[in-house]
Amino acid sequence: MSPLLRIEGLTKRFGGLLAVDDACLQVEAGSITGLIGPNGAGKTTLFTMIAGFAEPTQGEVFYKGERITELPTHVRTMRGIARTFQIVQPFAGLTVRENIAVGAHLRHRARADALAKAEEVAVQVGLEPLLDRPAHALTVAGRKRLELARALATEPQLLLLDEVLAGLNPSEIRDMIPVVRGIRDSGVTILIVEHVMQAVMSLCDTVYVLAEGRMIAAGPPADVARNQRVIEAYLGQGAAARLRDGAAHA
Amino acid sequence: MKDKTLLLIAIVTLALALLPLGFESNVVLNFLAFAMIITLAAQGWNVLGGFGGQFSFGHAAFFGTGAYGMALLQVRFGVNAWLAMPIAIALGAAVGYAIGFLSFRARLRGSYFALVTLAFAEVFRISANVWSFTGGAAGVLVPLKLDPWNMQFADKRLGYWLALALVALVLLITHRLRESRFGAQLIAIRENEDAARALGADALAVKLKAIALSGGITAAAGSLYTQKFLYLDATLAYGPWISVEALLAPIIGGIGTIFGPLLGAFLLLGLGEVTKTFFANLLGGARPGADLVVFGVLLILCVAFAPRGVLGLLARLRGRGA
Repeated sequence: MSPLLRIEGLTKRFGGLLAVDDACLQVEAGSITGLIGPNGAGKTTLFTMIAGFAEPTQGEVFYKGERITELPTHVRTMRGIARTFQIVQPFAGLTVRENIAVGAHLRHRARADALAKAEEVAVQVGLEPLLDRPAHALTVAGRKRLELARALATEPQLLLLDEVLAGLNPSEIRDMIPVVRGIRDSGVTILIVEHVMQAVMSLCDTVYVLAEGRMIAAGPPADVARNQRVIEAYLGQGAAARLRDGAAHA
Repeated sequence: MKDKTLLLIAIVTLALALLPLGFESNVVLNFLAFAMIITLAAQGWNVLGGFGGQFSFGHAAFFGTGAYGMALLQVRFGVNAWLAMPIAIALGAAVGYAIGFLSFRARLRGSYFALVTLAFAEVFRISANVWSFTGGAAGVLVPLKLDPWNMQFADKRLGYWLALALVALVLLITHRLRESRFGAQLIAIRENEDAARALGADALAVKLKAIALSGGITAAAGSLYTQKFLYLDATLAYGPWISVEALLAPIIGGIGTIFGPLLGAFLLLGLGEVTKTFFANLLGGARPGADLVVFGVLLILCVAFAPRGVLGLLARLRGRGA
């Protein structure tokens, strides 16, 4: 079976800086695939190229086997790719309901249908009690849920989540994980960029690790966490050896 | 809630329609008719600036195109006024689309967009002032032939009612706008363009549609101006005065609201009249520009204390009281 999303040799250069270098990745339909890496590894850059907010210097993006490398964002959304933003971008002056309805309007022309869909999605992500609040009055956790809800309202097949758990406290993270899993169980494939390791370990089927713009490891989360190159990317060169020695001394 | 707004539109329109039945005064009628023209221009601005968040300083470009279109179609081509009006409106929409295409495609936003629209309006003004086709600096005179067939009314109330009908139509259009996908996407773009794009809004297409609609509405105001005064020159049609009034009225009345431009236009013009009379009585002679001083003060007060205009202020006070 061909994967839902496939990127090949994706490269992004900002002047002299090689932000993403020849990255390859596959997202199987129905999976939760994680993309992790230390700060500045190029995760968000890679992510924006998949969502169509930046054009790659080189390489290709395929969705359902079709090349979409140069498609504008709104066309990708139309085809079923939705994204959230790492730095939340609510429509601050609108209510939660109106915010979600903007996403719902993509597939529902009539206002009443869009509002009904917005309510349905709000229930799914646990925003129902806040529907008539203005978006600017939400807490960080609320805003993250709103990001999720708006993206879901476009009825995507592939959901790109950019650090939806960043900035949340442990109990908020515990609340959010079942929501993300529930979305996958409803049939939406998820690619998640995440810093919070606990979440990646418990959510993802496959994890890709990006460091300094290059893909250095891929596989099931447990394998990746033991991978020497991954440990070194996070903790510095020689860290894996030191950890082993430390364990031996103890 | 939807029905409440529709009902309010009906009540306001009816009240405004009945107003001139109480007065016989020409002064009052002229004031009302002029207020309708400014309202219409401001409603046009409000579609793009209020709902779409794209602040134009150059709505004179659309007003003037509507005004000159109306005048020249009749004078140079002998087109009937009732036919000339929709053409003038279409011309205004086309100018809007063209200016939008050039500036939005270049991703101009905020003050850059404002300055470019201002520049376009000035280019139109200077061109109209030198081109013989538009009558140059002498302007263009529409021959006086009082006949409803020519959209020239002996009974001034008819002219006022015509303008009111257009204002009411635009009230309905803005109401529909708020209930539509196009409106939702336009407001989303005002709030956050990147997020709107991520949710499937084609930002360029939505903004182009908005500026064309905006240009068409403001051009309708221009065409009414022509029929009311039957004389135009470049400064009247394309001058900065109308750009300023078109944006001041919604800002003072309530930006991005359905009734804001209407309320703002009445406040602005009413205050202008009061100021002129006051200074004339006080100083024993007209002081041109005194009303502009008051407008300026009002704008500062509004931006400082009521950023969402009078309607926003009322809503806030009501919220506090409840």
